[in-house]
Amino acid sequence: MNEIKHHTINSPNTKSIWKILESIPDPEVPVLSIIDLGIVRDVKINNEEFEVIITPTYSGCPAMDMIKMNIRMVLLEHGFQNIKITSVLSPAWTTDWMSEAGKQKLKAFGIAPPTAKQQVCHTELFHDGEAIQCPRCNSYNTRLISQFGSTACKALYQCNDCKEPFDYFKCH
Amino acid sequence: MNELINYTLQLADNSLILGHRNSEWTGHGPILEQDIAISNIVLDLIGQARNFYQYAAVLINNSTNQQFNQSTTEDTLAYLRNENEFKNCLLVEQPNGDWAKTILRQFFFSAYQFYLYQHLQNSNDETIAAIAEKSLKEVTYHLRWSSEWIIRLGDGTEESNSRMQKAIDDLWMYTDEFFEASSYELFAANEGFGAGVSLLKKDWMKKVKDVFDEATLSVPAELKQQIKWFGKEGKHSEHLGYILTEMQFLQREYPNSIW
Repeated sequence: MNEIKHHTINSPNTKSIWKILESIPDPEVPVLSIIDLGIVRDVKINNEEFEVIITPTYSGCPAMDMIKMNIRMVLLEHGFQNIKITSVLSPAWTTDWMSEAGKQKLKAFGIAPPTAKQQVCHTELFHDGEAIQCPRCNSYNTRLISQFGSTACKALYQCNDCKEPFDYFKCH
Repeated sequence: MNELINYTLQLADNSLILGHRNSEWTGHGPILEQDIAISNIVLDLIGQARNFYQYAAVLINNSTNQQFNQSTTEDTLAYLRNENEFKNCLLVEQPNGDWAKTILRQFFFSAYQFYLYQHLQNSNDETIAAIAEKSLKEVTYHLRWSSEWIIRLGDGTEESNSRMQKAIDDLWMYTDEFFEASSYELFAANEGFGAGVSLLKKDWMKKVKDVFDEATLSVPAELKQQIKWFGKEGKHSEHLGYILTEMQFLQREYPNSIW
């Protein structure tokens, strides 16, 4: 996964497209840009065509169509005409691709960011793994309520100290 | 080419029909968190189905075989095929019953998908491999969630245990179909784009036994009924027709309507 290029810049034009894409928020977690989330995999210029390659977070993520539309709209606004948006599945998206800035923004927004190592994607039962830090009071004394939350990418937690229920952007 | 289309459709149909069944719980789950959980699983399953249908549509449109009309889309595959064209296994079309039965159906299926997708990640068909790789991460969550519920209910109260055991008695007879290869699955395994389903049985059985042991549940000694027909080959129980009636009504009555 490490050979995936996070920011492929091979001419000033792709660089300017990357910059523009940073202004597009994720529709479900608007505090994150689609760049923070790591779903833009590459930007290419083929002759006169501008191609943006994206990957879904989850197979059924209902935000993908809106994200595609927003990319198209914003690039059109910036004068790009011939736009192609390609969706790829492999390599599969992982929370490891989320930017550090994105993790900080999530926490400030009240959502616990994903922990660095893959620790929830296993089949070991009744095992919470590494403690998740409460985004409100910073306590690690928290508990899992449900592995599934308000969107596909989140789990539900509660802090045992400040009692605040919170979303955790789960490892994937 | 026909086998690849059929194989891809089967993968799609299994996820769509189970996703549709589970969606009947949305708004009716036993508690809010579990209503949300099963609805999230629905979203994953229907997302997987869409990926496979989109691929099947490309294959069908590219094929010269005139058995299918041109300009097939993911939607025409889901909404305009008849019962005997669906290739899902019988288990996924079985009615929800109580929470125990729904959980058990999910557990049997997720355990099957978990081992199946592990093989399909190495399929020599790049698209099938990519969808399997993507879906496996989601299935891992489904398997974990359903396993934990089997244990909670099995090793819970007298009533939850007896309901779980009854669900096992009702659904066990449908699980053999996973491991009995249809003609296109045999072809797929030989050609290297599919998995040899009979080879998945050992791992699946071990997983089921481990979870059942912890849940103080047991595998039935004998089958309630020997099933002699195959959903994989388009021969379904009466339930699929009712599902399709509800699912396809809008597109059949008001063709091409969108929202």
